[in-house]
Amino acid sequence: MKRLSRDVAIIGAGMSKYGMAGNRITTRDLFIEAYQDALQSVGKGIDPKQIEALYIGNATSDLFEHQLHTGPIMANWSGLIPRPAVRIEDACASSGVAFREAVMSIASGIYDVVLAGGTEKMTNLPTPEVTEVLAYALDGVSEFPSGFTFPGVYAAMCTAHMAKWGTSAEDLMRVAIKSHNNAALNPKAHFNMDIKDIMRDRQEKAAKEGKNYSWKFEMDFLSDSTQNPVVAWPLRLFDCSTICDGASCVLLAAADVTSNFTDDPIYILGTGQASEYPLHQRKELSSIMATKNAAGQAYEMAGIKPKDIKIAEVHDCFTIAEIIALEDLGFFNPGEATSDINEGVTKRTGRLPINTGGGLKAKGHPVGATGTGQVYEIWKQMTGKAGPRQVVGRDLDFGLTHNVGAHGTTVAVHIFGKK
Amino acid sequence: MMKDNNFTIAAYQGFIDDGKLMGSRCTKCGAMFLPLKPICDQCQEASMELLQMSGRGKIVAYSVIMIGPQKMIEEGFDRQNPYCSGIVELDEGIRIPARIAGVDIAKPIKETIGSPCRLEFTPNSNKPGILFFKILNELS
Repeated sequence: MKRLSRDVAIIGAGMSKYGMAGNRITTRDLFIEAYQDALQSVGKGIDPKQIEALYIGNATSDLFEHQLHTGPIMANWSGLIPRPAVRIEDACASSGVAFREAVMSIASGIYDVVLAGGTEKMTNLPTPEVTEVLAYALDGVSEFPSGFTFPGVYAAMCTAHMAKWGTSAEDLMRVAIKSHNNAALNPKAHFNMDIKDIMRDRQEKAAKEGKNYSWKFEMDFLSDSTQNPVVAWPLRLFDCSTICDGASCVLLAAADVTSNFTDDPIYILGTGQASEYPLHQRKELSSIMATKNAAGQAYEMAGIKPKDIKIAEVHDCFTIAEIIALEDLGFFNPGEATSDINEGVTKRTGRLPINTGGGLKAKGHPVGATGTGQVYEIWKQMTGKAGPRQVVGRDLDFGLTHNVGAHGTTVAVHIFGKK
Repeated sequence: MMKDNNFTIAAYQGFIDDGKLMGSRCTKCGAMFLPLKPICDQCQEASMELLQMSGRGKIVAYSVIMIGPQKMIEEGFDRQNPYCSGIVELDEGIRIPARIAGVDIAKPIKETIGSPCRLEFTPNSNKPGILFFKILNELS
């Protein structure tokens, strides 16, 4: 069995506000917001000089802001030159993979204190151009020339899931409603409003113009194609994660030095990563093998089973992606996630709270920042610092993050524990 | 040597320009690949032979896409005029992504999964690498 050569723990984490940051804000401005938040989060304080290396996830700054070589740029802006800095591009899994590389760098014995983070600036381009750039992460020989977009490939997986398991549009809507309910309690979320509030807001605005919308429940609103138009059938607008700007940052230390920084370290018990074929080469279209492989590695390293996980952040770039992830991670049987979601299992108050920060769906998906943004949320929850969205009444002894690049061609899974 | 290599993307697109959908088959273990590729991921051997596809198959996944990438917008596709992309499982048992014709764009249904279809090459044949499948019951 593969193990880290020495134990590694999180000593602090930070996040910028996710959302539309404004056209003049850059990846470095966003990163500094997350970095300073992370420094301040270290219980006993940290001298930035103690940080020995930076691993930075960033998917698209070359295309969005004509800036390559993001690693040393962030090192400079953080005041950390001449420390080594690496930019990792693994599409939407960039910072999940950056986090894994940072963990392994400490486990190797080379460093004691390392920064892992991610930053992305997306909103300065209009939606069709963002769609274009994100689609470059698909297979450029087979998928992109066929007109596939990011929503398009997940929509195709959704039709396969529907055909195999009978998954319905309402099943997808329940995922979006849950994510927005969580994001409403997260001040750093892109959309910190639940769907009921969005619905009432629009009803009030319409009433002022003399229009009357009779939606009573969230489902009525989400079924109205004037409010929730199709993006790539069968996926509608509220099935898609947000295009947004944001950064996240996690500080990691070797277990034997964590007591210098915090009394509340969160240990990395398992790490796993796997690659996967483009969609057409997969045996199964309604499941992602890389998730099963990466999770299998992480569970084995941690010595625990899916049923031991108390809280998880899963990669819900689309509502169907959350359903597939919950099945592939072993939380629910194949084809059964939708009935568990329907029973409320994944709500913040349910047996297995999923995406308590609001998920990619409502917290937001600044693609290169998403992986360490997930770690930030799990760290907040496991250290009891999640404020109004804190999961209460149970010991969150094991947490999990699941970060997907493109349509599952890269997956990174991490398992966290308190000891 | 490279000039004669059939297992490159340039060769694959050249075959499409000639109206052929070409995969490859490992001469050691028989595994099939589409698009063709040089190294087998079952046995890691680099010993392939060309395998021309029949072009008949069925739809196994698809989407009607409202917001496309730039080249689709340039072709005139948008929310008012969406297009369909899908995954086709060929009779040979391997799959390929492609543009799909013959779906009711205004009312897509999941029952389209399983529909038989046939390869037609794109009407704009000056754009290499684009495959087009038509759903068969719409052809007659």
